[in-house]
Amino acid sequence: MSEVLQQLINGLALGAIYALIALGYTMVYGVLRFINFAHGDVFMLGAFAGYFLSPGINKILPPQSYVGGALVLILSMIICAGLGMLIEYLAYRPLRRRPKLTVLITAIGVSLFIEYTCQHKAVFGAAPRKFPELIPDTTWHFAGLVLSMNQVIVIITTLVLLAGLRYVVNHTKVGTAMRAVSFNEQAAALMGVNINSVISFTFGLGSALAAAGGILFAMNYQSIEPLMGVQTGLKAFIAAVFGGIGNLPGAALGGIVLGVVETFAGGIPGLSNYRDGIAFAILILVLLFRPAGLLGKLQTEKV
Amino acid sequence: MKTFCPAKTLLIFCAAALTLVGCKPADGGGSGGGTSDAPIKVGEYASLTGKEATFGISSHEGTLMAIEEINAAGGVLGRKLELLTEDTQSKAGESQTVVNKLIARDGAIAILGEVASSRSLEAAKVCQDSKTPMISPSSTNPKVTESGDYIFRVCFIDPFQGTVMANFATQTLKAKKVAVFTDVKSDYSKGLAKFFKERFVANGGTIAVELDYNGGDKDFKAQLTAIKAANPDGVFVPGYYTDAALICVQAKQLGLNVPLFGGDGWESEKLTEIGSDAVEGHYFSTHYHPDVGSELSKKFVENYRKRWNGKTPDALAACGYDSAIVLVDGIKRAGTTDGAKLREAIAATKDFQAVTGTITINPQRDATKAAVILQVKDGKFKYLETVAP
Repeated sequence: MSEVLQQLINGLALGAIYALIALGYTMVYGVLRFINFAHGDVFMLGAFAGYFLSPGINKILPPQSYVGGALVLILSMIICAGLGMLIEYLAYRPLRRRPKLTVLITAIGVSLFIEYTCQHKAVFGAAPRKFPELIPDTTWHFAGLVLSMNQVIVIITTLVLLAGLRYVVNHTKVGTAMRAVSFNEQAAALMGVNINSVISFTFGLGSALAAAGGILFAMNYQSIEPLMGVQTGLKAFIAAVFGGIGNLPGAALGGIVLGVVETFAGGIPGLSNYRDGIAFAILILVLLFRPAGLLGKLQTEKV
Repeated sequence: MKTFCPAKTLLIFCAAALTLVGCKPADGGGSGGGTSDAPIKVGEYASLTGKEATFGISSHEGTLMAIEEINAAGGVLGRKLELLTEDTQSKAGESQTVVNKLIARDGAIAILGEVASSRSLEAAKVCQDSKTPMISPSSTNPKVTESGDYIFRVCFIDPFQGTVMANFATQTLKAKKVAVFTDVKSDYSKGLAKFFKERFVANGGTIAVELDYNGGDKDFKAQLTAIKAANPDGVFVPGYYTDAALICVQAKQLGLNVPLFGGDGWESEKLTEIGSDAVEGHYFSTHYHPDVGSELSKKFVENYRKRWNGKTPDALAACGYDSAIVLVDGIKRAGTTDGAKLREAIAATKDFQAVTGTITINPQRDATKAAVILQVKDGKFKYLETVAP
C-alpha cells in the first residue's frame, strides 16, 4: 500500500511539471492553431537560466533559501518570457499569413537550432551539469512514505501558476483578447484587438510557464543538459493532446495523468523499460474513443 | 513562371557530385606504404562531448600522452606517429561514420577506441570489414572482440567484472538479496547485469527484483520505489556515471539506504560532482587505481600530472595509454604497418608490461588482467581491494 502511495507522490510531482509545459503548447495552439515545437527547448533554457542566475542570487541572499529560490524562479520566467516573444517575433511572425504547415516546420527548425547551438562548447556544452540546490533539502518520513520539500514545492508552484493563469485568461482584458483571437482572429482585429501584441503575450506567458517547469524539473532531478527538453517536451505535447489540445484545464489534467501512469508503469518489474511506450499506448487508446482528448470539444471544420 | 528543366537539373547534380569527389585529399589511399618517412597515421575515436564525455576525454588524454612520449623517444620504425582524433559525441551511429572517415579518407593504419561498448561494437564492424586492427582501451562487453579477428582490447571483460562484483556482494557486503537495475539501452550494462546475476545466484544469493531504465532518463523514482519495496540488501547498478549519480541521489531522497555498487562505468569525477553526498560509501569495480601498481604505473601517474596540469589519471586514462603502447609494441614486432601482419603481432602480445598491469592477449583477443574495487569516500575514490583473474 505504501508503495502505491509513494508512486502516486512521485507521479504527481512529475505530472505537475508536464502540466506546466503542456499549458504552453495548448495556449499557442488555442490562439494560433499550430504546435510550437521549440517549447521544450524554452523549458531547457529556463533551467539553464536558473543555473546561471543562482550563484549571483546567492551573493545577495543566503544559498538554499526560499526567497532566493523564488527569485531565481521569477527571474528565469521573465528571461524566458522575453526569449519566447523573441522567437515568435523572429521566426513565426514573418510567416503569419503562410500555410500553417510552413510555421510548423519552422518550429521544428527553431527547436533544432536552439538544441545544437546550446550543445556547442562555447555555449553550454553537451556534458550534463549539476543544478544547484535552491531550497533547503527537507524530507518527511511517515508510515514508510517519503515526501521531499522539492516535491511539495513542485506541486504547490504548479497549483499557484495554474490559478494565476486561469485568472489572467478569464478575468483580465488581455485574457479576454486572447480568447477573442482564439475564437476568430479577423473579428477580434475588427473589434480593435491588437493581434500582434496578444500573440506576443501568449508566447511570453507560455514560455514563462515552461521556464518554471524547467526550474522545478532541475530542482527535482538535479542534472541539466541541452537536450533535456526533447523527451520532456514531447511528453508535455502528448499531455496537451491527451487533455484536448487548446483546452487549458485539459492540458493540466493530461500532464498529471501522464506523469502518474508513467510512474506506475516504471515501477513494475519487466515493464519498467516500456514506461514511455505504455504512456503513449494509453494516449492512443484515449484518442480512439475520444478523438478530441479528455476535455476537448470536437469542432466541425467549416469547409 | 519557373519551369522545371530535367537536363539542367541533371547537369547541376553532376557538377555537385564532381565537386564532392574533388574534395578527397590527395593522400587518401597512402596508408602504410612505408617507403616514405611520413608519419604513421593512427586513428582514434572517443566521446569527447556528450553524456560520456569525461570517459572520452580521460581516455584521449592517456592515448595522446603515449603517442607524444613515443614520438619524443624517436617514434617507431624510424617514423613519427600522428594521432587523428574524432569525436563521437556519445551518440549512437556516430562511431561508424567517424571510423569510416578515419580509415577511408585519412588513411589510418590502426584504430584506437572507444570506451562505451555499444559504440565500439559499431566501429568494430567497420574495422573488421576493412581489415584494420582496432584496439579498444576499455570496452568490456564480450561481444566487442567477437566482431572479428582484427578487434582487440587491453581491458578485462564483463563476465570477469560481473563475477568480481557478485563475489564482492556476497563476501564483503554479506548481501543475501540484491536488486539489479539495468540500462536497457547499453550493451555494457546488460552484459554486466547478466554475468553478475549468474554468479550471485550461484553464490547462494537471490535477486530481489530486476528493473530497467533507459540511459539518459532523469526520473528514476518510479523504479527505485519498487526496488525499495522489495527490501534488498544492496542494489547493483551497472550503468554509466551520469545515470548512476542521479540514481544514487534519488535513492537517497527516497530513503533507500543500502549500498549501491556498479562497474567501471561509474568512474568519473562527474559521479561525485552530480551525486555529491548521495554517492558516499557506494562501491564500483574498475581497471586500476593510481595508489597501487608497478614502477611503470607510478611513472605514468607522475608524467600524466605534469602533462595535464596536475590532474590525477583515472582508470580510463591508463587504459587509453595502454591501448597506444600495445599498438606501438605490435608495430615494432611486425616491422610494418600492413594490416594483416600488424594483426598477428598484436595477437601475439604476451606478458607485456603496461600501466594497468601485465597484458597477455588471449585467443579471444581480450586482455587477462586483475580488477580493483574502489569506494567513494569524502568525494574521492578510495582503493579497497584487488581481485586477480
